[in-house]
Amino acid sequence: MVWDWLPEYLPRFAEGLWITIKLFVLSLFFGFALAIPIGLVQVSGPKWLGLIARGFCTLFRGTPLLIQLWLLYYGLGSVVPYYPGLRESFIWPILVEAFPYAIVAFSLSVAAYEGHVMKGAFQSVPKGELEAGRAFGMKGFTLLRRVWFPRAMQNVLPTLAGEAVLTLKSVPLASTITIFGVYGVGSIVRQETYRTYEPLLFVGFIYVCITALVVVLFRWLESRVPSESQM
Amino acid sequence: MDFILSTANLLHEWGPNFLRGLTATLQIAFGAYLLGLVIGILGALGKIYGGRFLKLFLEVYTTIIRAVPELVLILLLYYAGTSFLNQLLEALGFNTVDISGVAAGIAVLGLVQGAYSTEVIRGALLAVPKGETDAAIAFGMSKFKAFRRVILPAMIPLALPGMANLWMIVTKDTALLAVVGFEELALVTKQAAAKSRLFLEAFVVAAFLYLCVTLLSNYFFKLLERRSTRGIPKLDQV
Repeated sequence: MVWDWLPEYLPRFAEGLWITIKLFVLSLFFGFALAIPIGLVQVSGPKWLGLIARGFCTLFRGTPLLIQLWLLYYGLGSVVPYYPGLRESFIWPILVEAFPYAIVAFSLSVAAYEGHVMKGAFQSVPKGELEAGRAFGMKGFTLLRRVWFPRAMQNVLPTLAGEAVLTLKSVPLASTITIFGVYGVGSIVRQETYRTYEPLLFVGFIYVCITALVVVLFRWLESRVPSESQM
Repeated sequence: MDFILSTANLLHEWGPNFLRGLTATLQIAFGAYLLGLVIGILGALGKIYGGRFLKLFLEVYTTIIRAVPELVLILLLYYAGTSFLNQLLEALGFNTVDISGVAAGIAVLGLVQGAYSTEVIRGALLAVPKGETDAAIAFGMSKFKAFRRVILPAMIPLALPGMANLWMIVTKDTALLAVVGFEELALVTKQAAAKSRLFLEAFVVAAFLYLCVTLLSNYFFKLLERRSTRGIPKLDQV
């Protein structure tokens, strides 16, 4: 084991860590924002919307994230430039960057997995509680915000924590579309120093730390949610 | 229309390659799943009945494997595993061997799967009511017989959803082996895309193939679940 390369590359690992965390947090945020309506329409919305949402979940949960990422970046990325007028438009600078593609791919994947989880969560809220809410005069959105959503979240936080960790662990895939997070920096170090294991072990160590942090964060969230045993 | 035409062209030229990639993917997924199942059963038994050191070792194994990204694990185990094996062979006086991509892929993904299936099977084993085991022992069954005739049939319905999930995960995780240069579906797709310049079409074909595998497995696991839960009242009927 030789670690003398580490001090030299630490600043780059710090940059990589920032990119990894940015990608992770943003896709979790956008993904979850999408997951709520996806779960909801499968339980209570019009039938055709529910069917679309279900199809979306099946499609994105049934194909590897790596393929989705490549399909979006290489596939769509190879078609989009030929769309007339796009090169001159203001979104062009965004379209040539890899990062937005990664955000979109990861968010959609998160939305599919968590949408499936949220569907179960919304279903698991007892009907009586929703009826009680309605009897109090709550309507649509208020009922969702004050009764349905909080109760659904209560049941499902541990599952979401697991999904979040799985998402975190798939962030290295972004290195295949030239996004150099922690893992990408690790590969650069391996190429430049010809060390096979040490950079990988270091990358693994960083990920274990972030995972631990995510788990602790979710535990804290869970502890803030009042549960029956505490009442 | 253009899209369908160019996809047909792509399939005409690269169809056999896609099929070969799919076969390799399924082969590895199947092998890794079985290896993971064996590790999972042994690991779960070890975690429940093992001594202190075995328990500690298994705890470290499942925790680390589940916290480190699969891609990192694959690279680590792939390189470390092959060089370690060759060093071992050399030390024992044998010739070094080239480990085939399939074997290495199965070993690496199997080890990863093993950590997850250990947890799934452990959970299922613990969920079997203790009274049922006690009853079996009281009937004079040996430990092995009680396991085969009472515990196993009782735990399978509990473990099946988790194990079905793991199968879905392993079929998709095989795509990661593309990164170490193993020719399975994802890498074949990338090659076909780069050579034919039909990027979108190639990845859509690959996604479709993966989706077919998932849907077929879904159906199969549903049948299995129905069979293993026969005689158990459904939740909504209770």
